[in-house]
Amino acid sequence: MADEKVNESAAPVARRDFLLGAGTAVAAGLAPASASGTEESKAAPASVPTTEPDAFVTLTAPEAAFIVAAVDTIIPADELSPAGSECGVAVFIDRQLGSDWGGGAKVYRSGPFLKGKPEQGYQLALTPREFFSAGITAANEWTRKSYGKDFDRLSAAERAQALKAMDEGTAQFAGFGSRAFFGQLLSITMAGFFSDPIYGGNRDKVSWKMLGFPGLPAIYADKVDAYRDKRYVAEPQSIADFS
Amino acid sequence: MATRLKEVDAVMVGMGWTGAILARALTKSGLNVVGLERGADRNPADAFALTRVRDELRYVVRLELMQDNSIDTITFRNEPEDMALPIRRFGAFLPGEGVGGTGIHWGGLHWRNLPADFRIRSLLTEKYGAKAIPETMTIQDWPVGYPDLEPFYDRFDKLCGVSGQAGNLRGTITPGGNPFEGPRSDDYPNKPIKTGVAPAMFGEAAKSLGYHPFPLPVATSSAPYVNPEGITLGRCEYCGHCNRTACEANAKASPNVNVLPVLRADPRFELRTRVFVTRLVYDRQARRVTAVLYTDLKTGEEYEQPAGLVVLSSFVFGNTQQLLLAGIGEPYDPRTGKGVVGKNYCYQFEAGGVAFFEGREFNPFMGAPGMSVAIDDFNGENFDHSGLGFFGGGYIACSNGGAPPISGRATPHGSPRWGAGWKQATVKWYRSNTRFNTQGSVYAHRNNYMDLDPTYKDALGRPLIRMTYNGTENDHKMSRYLVGKLEGIVKAMNPTHYEMHYRPKNFTVVPYQSTHNTGGTMTGSDPKTSVVNRYLQAWDAHNLFIQGASVFPQQHGYNPTGTVGALAYWSAEAITTKYLRSPGPLVSA
Repeated sequence: MADEKVNESAAPVARRDFLLGAGTAVAAGLAPASASGTEESKAAPASVPTTEPDAFVTLTAPEAAFIVAAVDTIIPADELSPAGSECGVAVFIDRQLGSDWGGGAKVYRSGPFLKGKPEQGYQLALTPREFFSAGITAANEWTRKSYGKDFDRLSAAERAQALKAMDEGTAQFAGFGSRAFFGQLLSITMAGFFSDPIYGGNRDKVSWKMLGFPGLPAIYADKVDAYRDKRYVAEPQSIADFS
Repeated sequence: MATRLKEVDAVMVGMGWTGAILARALTKSGLNVVGLERGADRNPADAFALTRVRDELRYVVRLELMQDNSIDTITFRNEPEDMALPIRRFGAFLPGEGVGGTGIHWGGLHWRNLPADFRIRSLLTEKYGAKAIPETMTIQDWPVGYPDLEPFYDRFDKLCGVSGQAGNLRGTITPGGNPFEGPRSDDYPNKPIKTGVAPAMFGEAAKSLGYHPFPLPVATSSAPYVNPEGITLGRCEYCGHCNRTACEANAKASPNVNVLPVLRADPRFELRTRVFVTRLVYDRQARRVTAVLYTDLKTGEEYEQPAGLVVLSSFVFGNTQQLLLAGIGEPYDPRTGKGVVGKNYCYQFEAGGVAFFEGREFNPFMGAPGMSVAIDDFNGENFDHSGLGFFGGGYIACSNGGAPPISGRATPHGSPRWGAGWKQATVKWYRSNTRFNTQGSVYAHRNNYMDLDPTYKDALGRPLIRMTYNGTENDHKMSRYLVGKLEGIVKAMNPTHYEMHYRPKNFTVVPYQSTHNTGGTMTGSDPKTSVVNRYLQAWDAHNLFIQGASVFPQQHGYNPTGTVGALAYWSAEAITTKYLRSPGPLVSA
């Protein structure tokens, strides 16, 4: 299939039009009227990853070391992207675990806390922040027993092997399900790699570039037919690009 | 001690689609109406605004618009002998919270039931014999027919600005539409929205097999449209962010955009948000609900709001729970089969698949649920069930709802889930896969029901509602049949690779499946076997009208909102033209 490169900057959606809803909602008088947009053209997309060192506000030092090692194993550096932590995924996880969500917001947390069937879903009393803390502790205990070292001290090959054992549930954590832990670890890592960069991950929109996901503004009414079976390429834009 | 407020003409318990439709009809008839909503106000100018709504993490992953389970949830078990445990965070289904309810974050797929669906028990008996329906299958005829509801389906289509292709216009089968649908008195308000590349391929393949493909009807306007309330809707921008999110273009229908602007400007309507209705005050002697008790979550104050008319317009679980707490109607007991409140809980039996087409470019981020193509050849009684060993069916579709990067990626089964191999597979297949689904019916079973949980309580101290549900043998057979038909179409599309997704044996509350829960306060023609009459008026409280999918006797093979909206208009018409003139039972028991 032909790759049709499109220079979106030749016909950018004006920032203000986008904020006001480029569809006919403007005419309908229903579109958000509070946008603080001005008439100048949009700022150049951020293209330089932050040079400041990663600092953690939620994770302890050993937890942060584990998370960095884990996300770099789940998302290794290669020709498609830098390693997970270089993309900001560890910082993303740190901030998420410190957020309302990390503290268990919107979760029913009354007892009794009983072990149910898998069909009944998560039944632990732990918040996400507490769950990761307990999981990391259990994972490091297990790698110390199996490899003689904390997870982050293992070689790249050993780390991959250790995560595979957790993924398959063969890693015997003391008092904690290794498979459930890995499931949550994988899920938050993917969220950090692919979410809008506003949360600290997906720096420089690296995963969106990798996929060819254009991000915002996502106004395609006149593009659906023009790009039938033709690759639509646009420089991805994020929330910050319109803020 | 609750503060007693001044009586109002009518009070709505919940301000989603049905609360908004009923409030609008009642204020138009001159009533003063109070709308009570336990969640936040959601005004499109703030809540649907760019750039905020393009945040997949906030809406799709962290479920910004969904019910706060820290305050209220439900408990769940597969079988009556299991211990039910609380769903600590919703997963399989996602009821919304706040003004607009689940009507904000839905995908907008907009269907009517088949005419035959409304008399399914009688029809199956006629066609397959008196003993054909298993004793455990507690399906019932609706007390309304398709011709009764058709004008109200039409009214809701127009409110929403539905886009679609008519298949049966006043009895004439029109090409390109769904030939199985009931006769429509009028065409869809808007032309179908654009069809995606993969759904078009699905349509061609379906046609080659002799089926009847058509564009999925959707409550998203394909062009600017002025609805009968005088509200102008925007045009769909194919942004790919419909599901779990609001529509900033005001193209996808929601109570907030399509009705509430008129209500908000009406001095007869008053909206109270962050107020949690804890109980209906029921006068058993007078067979009336005299008031509703609620707690203002902003202050902790408790109020008693007397009302002449009470509309229960919350979600399926809340509607059923309110009746059980107030002692209105006889609770259902699965051991004896007696009682009605909580009976015939049904879900939607979805299954499907995914196919990969190497080298194709689907630009999957350009999406809207209505870019999809469906066939209805295997829904309801559109096909003969002789010898199949099951009843029911569903539509089969190739969907094109968008592919946001956290949740919208797919790789062939067996690909690595992480590491370098995962990344390569993800990049290879992201732009060239497509998904399919089968929207299976759920025919009620004696053991699937709701009651009050004996152990767990909500934040206001009330027992949680308990759901006992598992997939039945009938529904599993039905679903395997649909997936088999789907597989035939997928093969005819000639993919590089495909896989079919069957339902697991046991229903699980963990991965998302469908928010289509129904039943618990079902409608019927006999008070012994139903909770509300054909006008959705409670048999045991003549000034209580119960709205929404909780009145469905069973779940048919369609998304429920189209029928929910039609029933709301039908019920509103009965209230304003019959009940208000002569308050009392509209159907003699």
